[in-house]
Amino acid sequence: MTDAGTGAATLLAVEGLEARHGLLPAVRGVSLAVAEGERLALVGANGAGKTTLLRAIAGAHPVTAGAIRFAGADVTRLPAHRRVGLGIALVPEGRRLFPDMTVVENLLVAGRHGRPGPWTVDAVLDAFPLLRPLRHRRAAALSGGEQQATAIGRALMTNPRLLLLDEVSLGLAPRAVDAVYESLAHLAGATVILVEQDLGRGLAIADRVVCLLEGRIVLEGAAAALSREQVTEAYFGLVPRAP
Amino acid sequence: MIWVSVVIQGVLLGAVYALFACGLSLMFGVMRIINLAHGDIAVVGAYLVWVVATRAGVSPFVAMVAVVPVMLVAGYGLHLALLRRSLAGGPLVPLLTTFGLAIVIQNVLQQVFSPDVRSLGAAAGRVTTASWRLTGELAISWFGIATLAMAVLLLGGLALFLRHTGLGREMRATAQDPDAAQLVGIDARAVYARATAVAVATAALAGAFLAIRSTFEPTSGPTQLIFAFEAVVIGGTGSLWGTLVGGIILGIAQTVGGHIDPQYSLLGGHLVFLAVLASPRGKTLAARTSRP
Repeated sequence: MTDAGTGAATLLAVEGLEARHGLLPAVRGVSLAVAEGERLALVGANGAGKTTLLRAIAGAHPVTAGAIRFAGADVTRLPAHRRVGLGIALVPEGRRLFPDMTVVENLLVAGRHGRPGPWTVDAVLDAFPLLRPLRHRRAAALSGGEQQATAIGRALMTNPRLLLLDEVSLGLAPRAVDAVYESLAHLAGATVILVEQDLGRGLAIADRVVCLLEGRIVLEGAAAALSREQVTEAYFGLVPRAP
Repeated sequence: MIWVSVVIQGVLLGAVYALFACGLSLMFGVMRIINLAHGDIAVVGAYLVWVVATRAGVSPFVAMVAVVPVMLVAGYGLHLALLRRSLAGGPLVPLLTTFGLAIVIQNVLQQVFSPDVRSLGAAAGRVTTASWRLTGELAISWFGIATLAMAVLLLGGLALFLRHTGLGREMRATAQDPDAAQLVGIDARAVYARATAVAVATAALAGAFLAIRSTFEPTSGPTQLIFAFEAVVIGGTGSLWGTLVGGIILGIAQTVGGHIDPQYSLLGGHLVFLAVLASPRGKTLAARTSRP
């Protein structure tokens, strides 16, 4: 299943996953595996099921069929807050900070139930130096880029083994996007699944790309081996769908 | 000078309302539940204190120390058994559930304790009658000061707890965005159960203070609920310090109204409540309430 080619152990295995919004199937029989240390980019048009897939892996969206295995354990029925303790952290779409709490409070509240590890408030402020002077400001009073940095820092406070990033560049100024991606480059060795609308950025940061169309995987391959055209065709459903 | 006395008595009366409003404010702030059984839970607390005080022959203040942990556990259980399921049904279901709970509590209390009016005032001893006479017209009762101290300690202590402790931060985070809270490892259901436990325990304390200050009966709850609700709205929802101030403003409004004419006592409080609702602050309140 995994073609990461690194020989690293599989950290996350998703098998035949189905998830719905009401009666509408959003994820239909998705299977994928992510190796330890791998960076996977999920691409696809709006409504392709990327966010739902990510939220299902994090435990924030109910699964109707299929299985999710994380580090060898079946976590399919585990509630979201328990998965955080195992090392799954989601940076949700729209950042979803606690608006009336300060940056430091947002970080502290996430540090209580994660795994033990190197990430502390100070480590996050070192990784995102722009946050240091703002650390006692309410999250609602931050700019979009500052909020995104806080949201990523908040996820890191749980010391995740798998970091799920949903649309980290959405609604940000290009310069803020650069800053966020620069900080992501610091997270060397982290296992990441990234949902990104911007193909160029997704291909640049990822080892492997999975393209979703209407809830199914239509293209999968090493980022270096895929051309922009191949991904674009899959993105818009211009290639014949795998049976 | 008489007006100084009226205002001071209002502050002391307001402290009782603030005690009642504390748990109501906490539950609304954390879960967006308006607990219509809050007053009746307070009356249950008063009866429990009465039972412990008369059976064990101890002061009501000692009995409170025994009743508070029991009510903490009862509150936790109340959330797991009733409120958790109600919350899953949307914002209106908890309102109906607590309304039903209020009726059940009132009827059970009537059945068990009869509709007789009781008071813990006599059992509490000299503290309820003693006062400092400052001038001819101005006297401050010991128990009034004790109630005010309790209200400041309880609401202030809870406000500090929410701001400065890990559990408090979890409660605030869950109140602001329960979905995101779960994504950082917070068990929202446990947080809700803890908030209900604290709210129920503070309600019991408030009920006991009311029972020492005046009288209580199985159907005393709804009136106290209205005063508590008015205190929360006047003080602005979502702030425990605001609730303390709201209770005191309500108390002053009632004593000032009552001094003008005894039948204006409740009217004075209701008018301040309506004035706050009609003010721009009332609009922000409505906006907050409808926030998802």
